[in-house]
Amino acid sequence: MVLSAVPQPTSQPGSRMSRQQQHRTPLKLTDNVVEVKSKFEAEYRRIALKRNGPGGFTEFYRLLQNIHRIPGVDVLLGYADVQGDLLPINNDDNFHKAVSSANPLLRIIITKSEGEHVVLPTDSLQRRKKGLGLTGLRTSGSDSTRSKNKPGLMIGLPQNFRQISSIIDVDILPETHRRVRLHKHGTHKPLGFYIRDGVSVRVTSQGVEKVPGVFISRLVRGGLAESTGLLGVNDEILEVNGIDVAGKSLDQVTDMMVANSHNLIVTVKPSNQRNNVVHRGSKTSMGNSGSVGSAGSAGSALSHDSPSPASQSNPITASNSIAEGDSDDDDDDGDLILENDCLTPYESHRVTNSNNTNLNRPLPQSVSLPNSVGASLSDSSVLMSNHNGNPAHTSSSSQESMREDGNIITL
Amino acid sequence: MKRFRRHGQESQRDRLKQELFQFNKTVEHGFPHQPSALGYSPSLQLLAIGTRSGAIKLYGAPGVEFMGLHDENAAVTQVHFLPHQVELVTLLDDNSLHMWTLRAHKGLSELMEIGRFTLTGPPGAPPSVTRVTAVLAHSSGELLLLGTEGGHVFIVEVPGFRELEERNISLDQVASSVPDDYIGRRNLEHIEALQENPVNPNQVVIGYGRGLMVIWDLEKQCAIQHIPATQQLESVWWAEDGGYILSSHSDGSYCRWMVSVEEVNEEEEEKSDIPYGHFPCKAISKIIQLPTQEGPPFLLFSGGMPRASYGDRHCITVIHSKTHVALDFTSRIIDFFAIREGPQHIGDPSALVVLVEEELVVIDLQTEGWPVIQTPYLVPLHSSAITCSHHVSAIPLKLWERVIAAGDLQSTHYSKRPWPITGGQNLAPDPPQRDLLLTGHEDGTVRFWDASGVCLYPMYKLSTAGVFHTDADPNDNMNQGTEGEWPPFRKVGCFDPYSDDPRLGIQKIHLCKYSGYLTVAGTAGQILVLELNDEAAEQTVEAKVVDLLQGQEGFRWKGHTQLDVREEPVLFPPGFQPFSLVQCQPPAVVTALTLHSEWKLVAFGTSHGFGLYDYQQKNNVLIKCTLNPSDQLAMEGPLSRVKSIKKSLRQSFRRIRRSRVSLRKHHVNNAAKLQEANARLEAELAEMELAPVQRKIEARSSDDSFTGLVRTIYFADTFLSDSSHNTPSLWAGTNGGCVFAYMLRLPPVEHRADEPVTAQSAKEIQLMHRAPVVGIVVLDGHGAPLPEPLEVAHDLARSPDMQGSHHLLVISEEQFKVFTLPKVSAKMKLKLTAVDGSRVRRVGVAWFGSSRSEDYGESGLVVLTNQGDVHVVSLPTVKLQVHYPCVRREDVSGIASCVFTKHGQGFYLISPSEFERFSLSTRCVVEPRCLVEVPLLSGSSTQRRPKPDVASSAHRNARQDGEDAEVLQEIQKSLEGDQTETCSLKAGAVMVMEAMVCLPQVIPGE
Repeated sequence: MVLSAVPQPTSQPGSRMSRQQQHRTPLKLTDNVVEVKSKFEAEYRRIALKRNGPGGFTEFYRLLQNIHRIPGVDVLLGYADVQGDLLPINNDDNFHKAVSSANPLLRIIITKSEGEHVVLPTDSLQRRKKGLGLTGLRTSGSDSTRSKNKPGLMIGLPQNFRQISSIIDVDILPETHRRVRLHKHGTHKPLGFYIRDGVSVRVTSQGVEKVPGVFISRLVRGGLAESTGLLGVNDEILEVNGIDVAGKSLDQVTDMMVANSHNLIVTVKPSNQRNNVVHRGSKTSMGNSGSVGSAGSAGSALSHDSPSPASQSNPITASNSIAEGDSDDDDDDGDLILENDCLTPYESHRVTNSNNTNLNRPLPQSVSLPNSVGASLSDSSVLMSNHNGNPAHTSSSSQESMREDGNIITL
Repeated sequence: MKRFRRHGQESQRDRLKQELFQFNKTVEHGFPHQPSALGYSPSLQLLAIGTRSGAIKLYGAPGVEFMGLHDENAAVTQVHFLPHQVELVTLLDDNSLHMWTLRAHKGLSELMEIGRFTLTGPPGAPPSVTRVTAVLAHSSGELLLLGTEGGHVFIVEVPGFRELEERNISLDQVASSVPDDYIGRRNLEHIEALQENPVNPNQVVIGYGRGLMVIWDLEKQCAIQHIPATQQLESVWWAEDGGYILSSHSDGSYCRWMVSVEEVNEEEEEKSDIPYGHFPCKAISKIIQLPTQEGPPFLLFSGGMPRASYGDRHCITVIHSKTHVALDFTSRIIDFFAIREGPQHIGDPSALVVLVEEELVVIDLQTEGWPVIQTPYLVPLHSSAITCSHHVSAIPLKLWERVIAAGDLQSTHYSKRPWPITGGQNLAPDPPQRDLLLTGHEDGTVRFWDASGVCLYPMYKLSTAGVFHTDADPNDNMNQGTEGEWPPFRKVGCFDPYSDDPRLGIQKIHLCKYSGYLTVAGTAGQILVLELNDEAAEQTVEAKVVDLLQGQEGFRWKGHTQLDVREEPVLFPPGFQPFSLVQCQPPAVVTALTLHSEWKLVAFGTSHGFGLYDYQQKNNVLIKCTLNPSDQLAMEGPLSRVKSIKKSLRQSFRRIRRSRVSLRKHHVNNAAKLQEANARLEAELAEMELAPVQRKIEARSSDDSFTGLVRTIYFADTFLSDSSHNTPSLWAGTNGGCVFAYMLRLPPVEHRADEPVTAQSAKEIQLMHRAPVVGIVVLDGHGAPLPEPLEVAHDLARSPDMQGSHHLLVISEEQFKVFTLPKVSAKMKLKLTAVDGSRVRRVGVAWFGSSRSEDYGESGLVVLTNQGDVHVVSLPTVKLQVHYPCVRREDVSGIASCVFTKHGQGFYLISPSEFERFSLSTRCVVEPRCLVEVPLLSGSSTQRRPKPDVASSAHRNARQDGEDAEVLQEIQKSLEGDQTETCSLKAGAVMVMEAMVCLPQVIPGE
């Protein structure tokens, strides 16, 4: 295993860099070397790492401890993947995955493992823990959860997985309803479902009433919706991101879902009511144990978002604030902004464009993401903007990104 | 924290909102869709039009208009004013009668429904017994005679709708007295016509469908005379002197029957004629004859054309002395009437008013050649289908006058006589500014409308077709028929929906009101730059081709080809003359267009990219391809698929039209046929709309089709690169949620003609949610939108604040987002779709003045969503202020047609031919304010002639005493003066009469 802290290659002017990537002709240096930028608390370190070099997780872990001069401190490692999701590094497999996916930069975020076992937020980085991520009175962390994941049981830790969906707000919803969050980012899978108009039967004091409703009509094979197992054909859609769809047309509901597609939360009334979450004991004891046992994935109970200030509030008011919270949410502020202040002639600039139109591709360096995604990805001022030779700008944008950082990442 | 609202501030803001915003639909411009009935009150000088959707519209002098809507969604089949009163009766398709009145309220008249009535027959009688087919509003103003399908005449007292059963004229009463030899006394059928004897109100003629006419005495309740016509009856006209009756028939004949004074049934058919005879003819649906003071009468009738050769023509024949003209209309004739001169409206016919399905045509019968009088309202906006519209507020007087002058040269063929319908008084204040509405049409014309006031008045028409070679030869469709043609057709009316070449269609318009530069762009990727010139000029327009694909390979355009440009010089009449043409390649429809007259630049976009053109140097400055390499659909050319839907729709409409022989008929089978056809169409439409009952839920991706379509393009002088220097810039937004910004370098003014303009890419923003960008606005340091080019130079706007930092507002279909400048970073946003599922369809920037304090006002965004709601969004804080439902959400074309003015008003099409005007502002409201005075009713029903009538001379009431004296003196002089011309003497005599009639009324009035 060869690990060496070689100097960071000088960064290229932004537009040229992006062109390189466009043509898939990386520099010789980046061919077999991964730029590692690691962050621990407020400190950054930059190292180079041989891409195909031998070595595993343990060596890497030690190296980082050394570089950050924190030997002996228990830390958790995470890396930002191309979608901006923070994924864990805790074994050889995902370490190699992280190294191989670096293109060429590998961004490592080190967090202190508090006491024992802190759950790395499995949620994507660009999501704030507001609004729907409410789990009631779960202030005590996930002790009971952890007890389930004793070594020996061959169940992976939740942080070893990328979350694609979750059942949320189990404790504040009626048992017949299910609130499902679909995480579009981080997967290339389509959401993959269709909705239709239909008639919903409601039981009221006057008797049975038929009202128009919106239902899931079809699941696409291999799509996200189907793969979660949480949504089914003929499930009635009651809410989209906390907003009641009653009285809205099919087109309106479609548009709402598309507009929220990056972080879609649908509340459904499943047509199959046999797999409902059963509240054991009284509803008031919102213990963690009560909400396990759903039909979802093993991670369904564990996937509650990490405690946030909002989650400590009363669940009822929290539920009421969903709409407001969501509309204020900046969770989709991932606009790509390409600033071309070095003023290259426009003819040559055309080339960079086609790259930028595809979000799924690696982000070229000339792209700055000023909002949450950007902030989490680009805490380096060099990466943030390419006001080459304009230190004033660089520092200001750096400050800006730090400030936004503070807003978003609550590790 | 936001949950704890600060109540004081909220309520203060609410109060302010009330002072700034209010929503009103104020007036409908244009021609009512599907008119179905026409009525006219000579005494009120008001015209009434009923439509198939149940609307009733009244028009008088320009600016005097009223509108009412029946609660029932049924077609209005007949409209009758009660003689000498302000009431009118409408008959609907559902057999209900409605009484409307013009009630004065706070000095303004309002059209109100005051009663409704449905005939009830004896129990057990079939519905045909009471199905009303003919209505006669008796001159007494107290009686309504209702003829029914069953052949009965019911007499009803108005306005209370009290049935006078004892006076009813039942079929049996009439049939018993029918002469035995009348075709074996067969069924007389329904009542087709009811007419009152002009000289004896007690006598009415009852015309039965079979052909029989009976003159009935209302007083004695008996038949006086039977007129045994044997042809199916279409209409009846009682000549003014009461001496004879004209009847028109379904075989294209009309007959003249003497009315015998004696009780003896000595009927005599004096004359029967089939005017276009020899071969079988179509029915003459209505006939009228009006006497003149001297000389032969005017005979007017509709229809009667030879069935085989001209059965599809819509004609009204006017015969006066030796002059015989068949006025040939382009759409079906609904009804017509003639306006007569003189205070009592019994003089010579002065104008013929014809309501056809698509327009109102008024013909001046007093001027040689019977020219058309231009209508000040009810103009057919859709004479060619409207493809886009553009509104320009506060036009400088100079440009206004030049446009009017150019328009006057185009309207020389119109009659010089004033508009003959003059009822009511227009009390609306003069509009505060001159507003222009420009409509682009399918045939490549741009029409300029005076949209300042209640009447949308045509000012000028620009045709762009002359620049191109088109299939149609302009000499081909001349109006005049060949010499000696029979029938002597004359084309009238301007409704011509069939475009020679759909590629000519105008898609985008931008007018600079200060410089008079206009740019228009069309369906086949053509962009014309035009200049207002007061002289005719002959010039060649050269096309500059712009390849928007920029060498992207693997694309083949499958749509229409570009238009052929005329290479030889073309003579352009005074007005807007094209001097520059840009041709996009591929020739896809132009989707975004803007012009900056100060920089002399035009920017445009299509589904493939955008470009910047310098119209001073006639040079392309910038070409940018926005096409996604994987987007093949963008090369299809939308025409092929859209056309097929349109075509099938058009065919279904034609089917319906064919099945509709005559709407005036109320035969059950016809109505049933019509309903059947309607149902079929509805089913077809429903099928078309509802076929995909499920909707796919998928995030937008860069691979979607048409992501490169340029939706909006914008010029701004702002801080693009650094915060100390503002530069000209160009912004473009695409369907895929991408915004491009270019920095423009303009040479100094003295070198503008020779040094090149350059554009350099400065920024690209890809919105995360990828929704189409529909608007881009730069806000100045005060948060106000940047003014229009040249606006500051003309002292019409405050210069923008260049001290504070500017902001970029990007409006996508889903949200409003404010970014900082020059460093683009998101500052705030307002989500629309994610919250309520509605999407932005149309957006505009408007200024709202407070109704309370003169000097307070604020800018806001006006937004129309796909749900048909209008919202006002504050600037620069992007917060929803107010919202109102405006358009039905199903009305997609209405929503798409909406344009906003700069002062918080808007227009949208409620039908192909009508704009609804609405206002969101408390200060800028254009609505009709008019007064119609109740005529003083004098005399009883036994009066032989209608009494002189005050309403008609309402405007004269305002006249001063002194003026009246002057008029009298003048008349005196003319009487004493030269009597060589009998004609002038006659005219003088008429005038004396008029003055005599007027004076006694004026004096007690004062």
